[in-house]
Amino acid sequence: MSFLDIANVTKSYGAVEVLHRVDIGVEQGEFLVLVGPSGCGKSTLLNMIAGLEGISSGDISIKGRVVNGVHPSKRNIAMVFQSYALYPNMTVGQNMTFGLEMHGVPKAEREKALADVAKLLQIDNLLDRKPGQLSGGQRQRVAMGRALVRNPDVFLFDEPLSNLDAKLRVDMRTEIKKLHQKLKTTIVYVTHDQIEAMTLSTRIAVMYQGYIQQLGTPQEIYDTPANVFVATFMGSPAMNIMPATVVMQDGAPHARITDVNGGACLLRFSQANLADWQGREILLGIRPETITDQDGADRKSTNIQHLTNTIGVTEPAGSDTFVTMTLSGRDIVARMRADVTVAPGQTFDFAIDMDKAVAFDPKTEERIAP
Amino acid sequence: MSAATQDTAVRTGRITRTFIYVVLLVFALFYLMPLFVMVSNSLKPLAEITGGNMMALPQSWTLEPWRQAWSSAQIGVEPTGLKPYFLNSILMVVPAVAISTVLGALNGYVLTKWSFPGHKIIFGLLLFSCFIPFQIVLIPMAMILGKIGLAGSIPGLILVHVVYGVGFTTLYYRNYYAAFPTELVRAAMIDGAGFFRIFWRIMLPVSGPITVVSVIWQFTNIWNDFLFGASFGGQSQPMTVALNNLVQSSTGVKEYNVHFAGAILAALPTLLVYIVAGRYFVRGLMAGSVKG
Repeated sequence: MSFLDIANVTKSYGAVEVLHRVDIGVEQGEFLVLVGPSGCGKSTLLNMIAGLEGISSGDISIKGRVVNGVHPSKRNIAMVFQSYALYPNMTVGQNMTFGLEMHGVPKAEREKALADVAKLLQIDNLLDRKPGQLSGGQRQRVAMGRALVRNPDVFLFDEPLSNLDAKLRVDMRTEIKKLHQKLKTTIVYVTHDQIEAMTLSTRIAVMYQGYIQQLGTPQEIYDTPANVFVATFMGSPAMNIMPATVVMQDGAPHARITDVNGGACLLRFSQANLADWQGREILLGIRPETITDQDGADRKSTNIQHLTNTIGVTEPAGSDTFVTMTLSGRDIVARMRADVTVAPGQTFDFAIDMDKAVAFDPKTEERIAP
Repeated sequence: MSAATQDTAVRTGRITRTFIYVVLLVFALFYLMPLFVMVSNSLKPLAEITGGNMMALPQSWTLEPWRQAWSSAQIGVEPTGLKPYFLNSILMVVPAVAISTVLGALNGYVLTKWSFPGHKIIFGLLLFSCFIPFQIVLIPMAMILGKIGLAGSIPGLILVHVVYGVGFTTLYYRNYYAAFPTELVRAAMIDGAGFFRIFWRIMLPVSGPITVVSVIWQFTNIWNDFLFGASFGGQSQPMTVALNNLVQSSTGVKEYNVHFAGAILAALPTLLVYIVAGRYFVRGLMAGSVKG
């Protein structure tokens, strides 16, 4: 059994089941991110781990002890809330030690724990202030400090960065990652931001409509998404999905797609097992960064395919230039180097790294290759 | 060019403002008139009033009417002054306000942060009590007070006012706490605080404005109540009933100066509460009304 074990857990409100048979095992020291669009059940699952919401069926256990029905304060967990939920009438120091005080920890011990954590988070100069006098980033630190002081088995984060401005969010993200590397704590982290999920986690659970769509390392999720939802949800800009037909040429499966003028283009697959799909429709998934100019193509790739098409829109973003074109009637985004010279309306030779291409069954939207 | 337009803008502002202030001043004087009459006449000998100079300032100043109203005026059959009744009122109003406010705060806390199936119905029923006219409950209330042995006593009056006040105080606190972030309560739960600790350490410290509203509202209503006082007061009647007995006495000379002094004495505590806590009143009402 895992350190934090979520076994066959469901959640229903009346007749409506909002979480369906969730199974996740989190090992000690792991950083699990629950990611998904709003309403997918990720916060509900987190609240169930915290004990703030009941479990309709299944078991949640921490360190081998089933905690269904155990009061939140007796699960040895700590939670960081989206709004930080700092007690407005208490100073930062009182906020951070409130939990210890409620658990009857002697004052001397509380003071020591407070001093250690405050130093770690560099908030030792704020301890006498009230939350109202702090900036957003400082409040965020205090909220984390309040969780750290307790030294819990599991940390729960509920979208802790979504109230911060863009720059601070990136800084705090690094901060959280550093903290995790240093303290080796077990963390369950909820977010709707796929970049946070990718950068922070050791494992990601992508959720949608109350189902775990895929559970895996960031690399697995990104390179071999289980279905079209995961493929398009993770990654920015999203993975390009276009209809294609599998045809055989020179004994190898190819994807036949159409360019902007309706002319056919053939792209050879790296995966031989797609020969089974000969003559059938599939959905072809290609990440924007695997469509480049000829010079920008990945030299380690074993299968660079060439494609000539007309450029629709160019969007220079400083570090990259995004190029939009039409393939098989869909808008397809390519991510180019910044110094490539492209202009709208220009006919351009694209290089596509087909090693990274993914194919989906158009009916079930499940991945069929690789 | 722009300087000229600015100049006219300021001048129009000044004219409008002068007009507004004049109107406000007139209204203020109009509303202060009764107070002026009461205060000035309570400081005159009776002869000056009966001589027909009701609007004038006293010619010979005296505190005698105040002394009489407080300690020696004839209330009913006893020449006790208003003093014992004032004490009755205090003994009634302080516990009644405290108990109804605390109950309202607890109700609001439970209805918003520990809500249970049917909490909306319970709240609706509590609200209903705000709309029941006093007269309707007089007879049933008298029966109940008699049965539990509290008829004609201060505890009986306290009970009546608490029962009547809980609807209002619950309304105030429920609306105030509805806007209070639930995440704070959840955080406190995870921190290990129980029902009363969360209430005491997290909710109450930020309930200042709404507590002021509740206290002012309850204090004014209970202090000024006449009907319940007259009906259930028995031997321990409140100030309002005594004032009535003083002013409405049908024998002897009408001592207007004493009556004025007595009326001011009866109004003084509510006036004081308003002056001390009034500036929080509007703030609290607003805070409670933003989210419901």
